[in-house]
Amino acid sequence: MESNVLVVDDSAAIRKILQRVLRQTGMAIHTIHEAGDGQEALGVLGAQKVDLVLSDINMPKMDGLELLASIKASPEWRQIPVVMITTEGGETKVSEAVKLGAAGYVRKPFTADQIKEKLAGILEPALPL
Amino acid sequence: MNLNEIIVNSITQSTIQVFSTMLGVDIQCGDAAVQSGMPEATEGVVSFIGVAGSWAGTGSVSCSPALACRICAQMLMCEAAAVNEEVLDTVAELTNMIIGSVKTELEQHLGPLGLSIPTVVYGRNFKTKSAGSAEWIVMQFQWDGEALVVKLCLEPKQQAAHVMFHTSTTDSCTLEV
Repeated sequence: MESNVLVVDDSAAIRKILQRVLRQTGMAIHTIHEAGDGQEALGVLGAQKVDLVLSDINMPKMDGLELLASIKASPEWRQIPVVMITTEGGETKVSEAVKLGAAGYVRKPFTADQIKEKLAGILEPALPL
Repeated sequence: MNLNEIIVNSITQSTIQVFSTMLGVDIQCGDAAVQSGMPEATEGVVSFIGVAGSWAGTGSVSCSPALACRICAQMLMCEAAAVNEEVLDTVAELTNMIIGSVKTELEQHLGPLGLSIPTVVYGRNFKTKSAGSAEWIVMQFQWDGEALVVKLCLEPKQQAAHVMFHTSTTDSCTLEV
């Protein structure tokens, strides 16, 4: 079954890179939605069916940890896996994300293989043509 | 190894890794220097990101408009003929990744640090100055003859300021980083 992914990052450059990388992973992805911050992401979640969220942590308005907490507090969304993609390599914010229920994290800069490895087991591989 | 040496090593490793991973480019590392006082007027693209914690300061990445366009084109695999929003966003993200990696390394020595959202300036004949008195560690990198400069000033919190003053020849404004 093809999945819908929501990419949340205040950098349009990173959203564009993740769009490309996600298409290269070989996973069964139908639609990739985008949001520039946590607030915008909640709007997308309210309007679209989303199977996976990839989110930056350090963002204006609503950061990735607040977004993660909102998703995990919602009976409707709490089952959606959330993977954090962040420059934050320190223990503090990463530990907080794990405590809040993040399915994992990838550090920036990232390679396509690192994204693929992290998403294996979360998304289904695409069927061979 | 003193703090300046740790910062120089960290900037070197971070910049090389970000260019290698995100652009597929081997960037050449040049000289490192310590800069203090009022800098020369400059032009091009300059990105700032604030560092906060028990130590605080500012990180900066600067380059020519041509190199900024080239970085954007290589990183996003698109055409970038002139500096536009996408180019500025790419330089901001590059700064976030380079200084973010340096921050992570420095946290082992200085304790938890936070990063601000990056701010990018593009123009001609402008000067940037930290409101604090810190010296900047300045590192030059080269990609096919074009220079990329990565800077970091960091000092114990009691001495640090979190505001940069952006001045031109005709007017001035405060630039929060």
